[in-house]
Amino acid sequence: MKIRNALAALTVSGLLLLTGCGSDSDGDTPAGGAASGGSSGAVTVFAAASLTESFTTIGKDFETANPGTKVTFNFAGSAALATQINQGAPADVFAAASPKTLATVTDAGNGDGTATTFVKNQLVIAVAKGNPKGIKALADLTKPGLKVALCAEQVPCGAAATKALATAKVKLTPVTLEQDVKGALSKVKLGEVDAALVYRTDAKAAATDVDGIEFPESASAINDYPIIVLKNAPNKTGAQAFIAYVQSEQGKAVLTAAGFQAP
Amino acid sequence: MTLDSDEHAGVVRPDPVPPSRRSRHRRVPVALLIPAGLGLAFLVLPLAGLLIRAPWTTLPQRLAEPGVLTALRLSLQTATLATLLCLALGVPLAWLLARVEFPGRRLVRALVTVPLVLPPVVGGIALLLVFGRRGILGAWLDRAFGITLPFTTTGVVIAEAFVAMPFLIIAVEGALRGADTRYEEAAATLGARRWTTFTHVTLPLVAPGIAAGAVLCWARALGEFGATITFAGNFPGRTQTMPLAVYLALETDLDAAIVLSLILLVVSVTILAALRDKWITSP
Amino acid sequence: MTPEAGPAALDAHLVVDRGTFRLDLRLRIAAGEVVALLGPNGAGKTTALRALAGLEALTAGHVTLAGRELDRPDSRLWTPTEQRPIGVVFQDYLLFPHLSALDNVAFGPRRHGTDRRRARDQAAGWLARVGLADHAARKPRQLSGGQAQRVALARALAVHPALLLLDEPLAALDARTRLDTRAELHRHLAEHPGATLLVTHDPLDALVLADRLIIIEDGRLVQEGDAVTITAQPRTDYVARLVGLNLYRGHADGHTVHVGDGFPLTTADRLDGDAFVAFPPSAVALHPHQPDGSPRNTWPATITGIQRHGDNLRVQLDGPITVAADITPAAAAHLHLTPGQTVWAAVKAAETHAYPAG
Repeated sequence: MKIRNALAALTVSGLLLLTGCGSDSDGDTPAGGAASGGSSGAVTVFAAASLTESFTTIGKDFETANPGTKVTFNFAGSAALATQINQGAPADVFAAASPKTLATVTDAGNGDGTATTFVKNQLVIAVAKGNPKGIKALADLTKPGLKVALCAEQVPCGAAATKALATAKVKLTPVTLEQDVKGALSKVKLGEVDAALVYRTDAKAAATDVDGIEFPESASAINDYPIIVLKNAPNKTGAQAFIAYVQSEQGKAVLTAAGFQAP
Repeated sequence: MTLDSDEHAGVVRPDPVPPSRRSRHRRVPVALLIPAGLGLAFLVLPLAGLLIRAPWTTLPQRLAEPGVLTALRLSLQTATLATLLCLALGVPLAWLLARVEFPGRRLVRALVTVPLVLPPVVGGIALLLVFGRRGILGAWLDRAFGITLPFTTTGVVIAEAFVAMPFLIIAVEGALRGADTRYEEAAATLGARRWTTFTHVTLPLVAPGIAAGAVLCWARALGEFGATITFAGNFPGRTQTMPLAVYLALETDLDAAIVLSLILLVVSVTILAALRDKWITSP
Repeated sequence: MTPEAGPAALDAHLVVDRGTFRLDLRLRIAAGEVVALLGPNGAGKTTALRALAGLEALTAGHVTLAGRELDRPDSRLWTPTEQRPIGVVFQDYLLFPHLSALDNVAFGPRRHGTDRRRARDQAAGWLARVGLADHAARKPRQLSGGQAQRVALARALAVHPALLLLDEPLAALDARTRLDTRAELHRHLAEHPGATLLVTHDPLDALVLADRLIIIEDGRLVQEGDAVTITAQPRTDYVARLVGLNLYRGHADGHTVHVGDGFPLTTADRLDGDAFVAFPPSAVALHPHQPDGSPRNTWPATITGIQRHGDNLRVQLDGPITVAADITPAAAAHLHLTPGQTVWAAVKAAETHAYPAG
């Protein structure tokens, strides 16, 4: 009997501890929105993996411009982020790599207002530095003995690649269909594949290891990147301020330097 | 105690134990039941979540989709091959660790557990650095024999074996340590040389331990994702195992991902449940 | 593998040095002879057996079996266990749990090159000889202690060993089974053409089964001979207790032997020099006062302990010599024996036995 009581006491205190921890972190952030004028508090941004470098810079600039704010990012594949948001993950802003992915969020009723396209991204052929295999066009990718990595079709950069290849009427069998664009790029960096179709921004970010070869058909498969405030955002004011900053001159400059195109 | 009315025996037999007292002897102490129950709930509730949210109405047509069976077949094949590879290499290594005193044995034992600690993706990258096209060994394999491992089914087997082998080695080493070495002495006195003793006496004695380790190994290999996609890539029919198919399905269709997960679960649970207790527990 | 007919099938000098313990034992066993190695716990019996089997390394000495030298550390000669023509019955039998009785017995012949069918036929024959023909398919865990012992014996004999080693073969059995199994074992050992070494701590095993006894204590041989000689003339306390005698060592001068601190014992035999004197506990009579009459050996003694010993009482006595006396319950009642009490012990010279110690 004594053991049973002791166990019950343990379980109850354990549960209290856990809930205590939970409420503590919530207590840190001030109540959303009503706090101050410009922006303050924490802003949580879920953004597609291809926005990693540029948004990190923008985030720092935003914090400098708005002292007292803290921007936290969650970079991952757009679809994974969309799923998390639909399942209730707390976020203020969602920047996706394709309108289709964002639609899964708005269709579920988790978007606030309408989305705006803030940049576009185009595909390039990423090859090893110095282009040792002499690749100049999409058709070159079908050369025998050449290993090519593509993104899987379910991923935005994969859908774009399929479209571009169809436009160029090139039948390409890749050795792998990566789950996100960073995976495809890293295969090129490691030398495991000779080429991959990635975003211009990714090739630029890895400029020390890879060269990006432009090809005309990429224009037929341009990816629009939409951004939206989320309905259950804890910090709506902060969210709107962040989106405004992204679309401001300073934000645009960072994005263009990374290789994105204006919408 | 009641006196036996039977005249033959004149034996005094005690009362039969009443049911309530009998069950008290069998019941598990409450102090163990509660944490055990919590543990079970912890493991089973997420599975229940999958079952509850599954798209039962569209299930039949989803099951018929082409990629599903291919991915399943590939998963089962590669996991089994990986387990066989682990057995071939892992059992001797476990024997070495359990029976032979050599300098640095403790270090080797720690190294053997490294794949457990390493994030699987990092494991995949490490495999690329060794077996990849420009890898330490891979470059030579490519030049001398034209063998490339990344992006092949063999690559999947290697990636799965890498992450799963520690399970096998630890289980088998434990079994060997617990085995009675005196049987091996007895075999020697009957004229058995060391290798024959190993195959005819030691292995059968630790067979349940090896089987248990192999089961763990197979299960781990079946669920492997990070090392597989990093080292072997993802291509339907060649390297796209079920876990990879699930992850990709998540990109566009949560329901499809749930269905794929359920298939994998049902198949593996069926196989594991079919393993009879007596094969994996010592006599 | 056929045992050599000849003077000594086994000729060994076993020296095993373990720092705190040292075994130094010479053994010669002829083909067909059964030798029992007796001794208290820790005497080195099992070490000797394991050294002969090659399971323990010799520090020095040699092992020669069936005309072939197997082990000589000084010449760096060592034959591994599996190449020695031996058969071992272990104390715990060590039957392979995953094999049936038949396959257990067939294991040895298979390892020696016999094909599977012939080996199993031979095994079936051996099982029949030990009376377990219909248990051939049983697994060891389905066998009783006595049955397992017989399978272990069959297994060891199936390889036709030049030297059969038995390590406490009956120790794991209950008293009743031991009785029956001992008799059976005697029959099989008699039929075994090779040499046999039986390690035991039970003197009854030795007396029934062995042609010759070797007693070791602390790694050294203290007495060797057949059962009759040893029983009649024990040379150490251990042996004496083994055979149930009071034993003393002293200096003989005619019919008197001075033992202990010079206590004189009158004996029936005439001797000179270093000598043993022995008499059974039943030869000791106890009296409340100093007896007069024939007994030449009488002395006052103090009772230190009383135990039941079969139908009698065994009384431990202190005095000029320590003595065990067997008294009938009636006599004990008459004497009102209690510990601490002083009584007079008496032993007739005719019931003592003196023999040279040298």
